[in-house]
Amino acid sequence: MADSTDLPAPPLLGADDLGRVVDRIAHQLIEKAGSSLADLVLVGIPTRGAPLARRLAARVEAFSQQPVDVGSVDITLYRDDLRRRGVRALEDTRLPEAGIDDRLVVLVDDVLFSGRSVRAALDALRDLGRPRAVQLAVLVDRGHRELPIRADYVGKNVPTARSQSVKVKLAEVDGVDSVTVEDA
Amino acid sequence: MKRHLLEAGDLDRDDATLVLDTAAQIEAALAGREVKKLPTLRGRTVVNLFYEDSTRTRISFELAAKRLSADVINFSAKGSSVSKGESLKDTALTLEAMGADGIVVRHGASGAPHRLATWVKGSVVNAGDGTHEHPTQALLDAYTIRQRLGRLDGVRVAVVGDVLHSRVARSNVWLLSTLGAEVTLVAPPTLLPVGVGSWPVTVSYDLDAVLPTADVVMMLRVQGERMNASFFPSAREYSRRYGLDARRMAALPDEAIVMHPGPMNRGMEIAAEVADSPRSTIVDQVGNGVSVRMAVLYLLLGGAPE
Repeated sequence: MADSTDLPAPPLLGADDLGRVVDRIAHQLIEKAGSSLADLVLVGIPTRGAPLARRLAARVEAFSQQPVDVGSVDITLYRDDLRRRGVRALEDTRLPEAGIDDRLVVLVDDVLFSGRSVRAALDALRDLGRPRAVQLAVLVDRGHRELPIRADYVGKNVPTARSQSVKVKLAEVDGVDSVTVEDA
Repeated sequence: MKRHLLEAGDLDRDDATLVLDTAAQIEAALAGREVKKLPTLRGRTVVNLFYEDSTRTRISFELAAKRLSADVINFSAKGSSVSKGESLKDTALTLEAMGADGIVVRHGASGAPHRLATWVKGSVVNAGDGTHEHPTQALLDAYTIRQRLGRLDGVRVAVVGDVLHSRVARSNVWLLSTLGAEVTLVAPPTLLPVGVGSWPVTVSYDLDAVLPTADVVMMLRVQGERMNASFFPSAREYSRRYGLDARRMAALPDEAIVMHPGPMNRGMEIAAEVADSPRSTIVDQVGNGVSVRMAVLYLLLGGAPE
């Protein structure tokens, strides 16, 4: 029999769980947005926030029978840690044609950690227009915030140690849906 | 990426593609915005060190740096301590002492940016040195070709005119061949450099023979200020053999485009009706220059110093 330490950690969320979590957030969005649903724009933060936003939009459309605008905003050029981490290739920034002015923008990301990515995304949004309100939806909130930022929609709260890392895989990017916590 | 961009040969295929992709992402990110400004290089200082006049290149670099929120200092040799006899090295050390993170240099002497790069800690970008190289011009040309034709691999590019004095031609030859394009130089024998046989290009003296198979025709400016010897019999003769007029343009394949790095001598190397035709990318090239230079400045100055 194989030593149990050789086995990979079981995923925190499998493909089915992930689907259910996305469905739940979609329902919460519809409930909370209410009559503002027509103004809703889901804006994903690349890499994995972007496909997540598209999935969420598809589910909101399915449940509400209303079309939902989707976009993505690359935050690399707004990061405050470029000088420490070095440059990286940029990813897509695409907004719906109608823009984001006076609309309800929900930022979508896979993991909420220090909050610095969200701060960068807020700065980017400010340059792109003036939304009526901005909310935040994340698949996993792992804690350890360094800024006063919290999510409006959380798929799963996962208490972690700083040394651990949360790995989100999505079929669009990684070929498989899963969330795992790994020790460093 | 290396720390400096001194010549097109500094970029391998991956680096060159990264610059072009980054420029495309920056252009997409800024499209349709009221605030065309990013905070990426806030607190960094870029010096435009221009020993030769070049309003368009300087403005393009200045706009690129400002759109990335860098502080920009324009240093022109005229009326500065250079006219009092200060050397390039002393000027460079002064600028470095003032905290320049990046130096964009245009110099009449081929190789000056290479020397500069050995003296300073910041990044050096060659904005044209003598008859040697002008790498960001080649990058913006490659970007424009990719934008119009959708690819660079296998694209047939004819570079026409004064190759001998053209740093634009030299940089384009190296960059385009790195990116898989096939370059043909078309010029009178007197305007081809010695050693062109070792370049990754084919050479032709007959523009009419090359046009029917060209995807891109890149016209070079006839540099009147460098025509200090009898390179060709007369302007009229040159224009007749190597100028691009409407008749010649008609010989091009349907999708082919016409490029020119500017400033143009209308009626000399390029006819006005060609320059203003929908095939001409001359205005696109200027706009793309800003995006490409933003990409270069971001990739060289954005990250941690090594």
